[in-house]
Amino acid sequence: MITAHHYLAVAAMLFGIGLAGALTRRNSILVLMSIELMLNAANLNLVAFGRQAGWEQGSQAALWVMCAIAIAAAESGVGLALILAIYRHRRSAHLDESPPLKG
Amino acid sequence: MATGFIILAAVTLGAALASVMLRRLVHCALCWTLSMAGVAGLYILAGAEFLGLAQLIVYVGAVAILIVFAILLTQRRELLSIERLTAGSWVTGVAVAGLVAGCLWIGLAYTRGLGGAGGASGGPALETRELGELLMGRYVVAFEVAGLVLTVALIGAVILALPFEQPREASGRRADRPAAGEGWDARRQGGQGA
Repeated sequence: MITAHHYLAVAAMLFGIGLAGALTRRNSILVLMSIELMLNAANLNLVAFGRQAGWEQGSQAALWVMCAIAIAAAESGVGLALILAIYRHRRSAHLDESPPLKG
Repeated sequence: MATGFIILAAVTLGAALASVMLRRLVHCALCWTLSMAGVAGLYILAGAEFLGLAQLIVYVGAVAILIVFAILLTQRRELLSIERLTAGSWVTGVAVAGLVAGCLWIGLAYTRGLGGAGGASGGPALETRELGELLMGRYVVAFEVAGLVLTVALIGAVILALPFEQPREASGRRADRPAAGEGWDARRQGGQGA
């Protein structure tokens, strides 16, 4: 039987994969994709808790997930526009080749 | 139900891993899309059909197209297939990610009491009607703010992606747009020489 534990375990692994990608990749588009993976792991957590509470009581979790999806869509749109603008300056989408963004 | 969950979880995690590890950008984007579709399947399996469909529309339908467009617009042909990973940051990144995931896993292993009412496989599904009534009633402010944020992000993305040097074209020469190899590169080399 599948409980909330299983969903949370999948979400934890998804978060770890996304974090590894965000830390190791050098292409900014891939970093953005990894961040989206982490966001989805958080959403999966919310869905797991909403399901565990029963959807009659847990429907607010669904509202949170919907708001998070809307914010993530806005974020990816703005992020990709930023990547395009940086590419227009630098002719490159690699993070470590744009000195103003160097950590 | 259990086999469906296992298959969906395996597809999601495997595709996510591939999108983090593959070396061709377009393959990464396609695996990322598959991973998002797997997450949508997990939502549907958890009883939240509306969320699963919203996830499919937003991520698989819209954001994946955006990402593929961005890849095609920003990659020169000789760079399209080469994603270089530096060895030092690779080890550190994987170690930090493993540490975080391990901490989450340990916290999860010590958590009790999550097998509650909705944990039964035949739990009630999320009522889309109830969700709509909540969005139009008690949480209408959140709904409107989300719409406002999306509008602002749309305008901001358009402004960011516009070319910025149009007003100065009257002077005849485009001085503010450095050719490849000039600009920040020259500034960086000057900084290193100083």
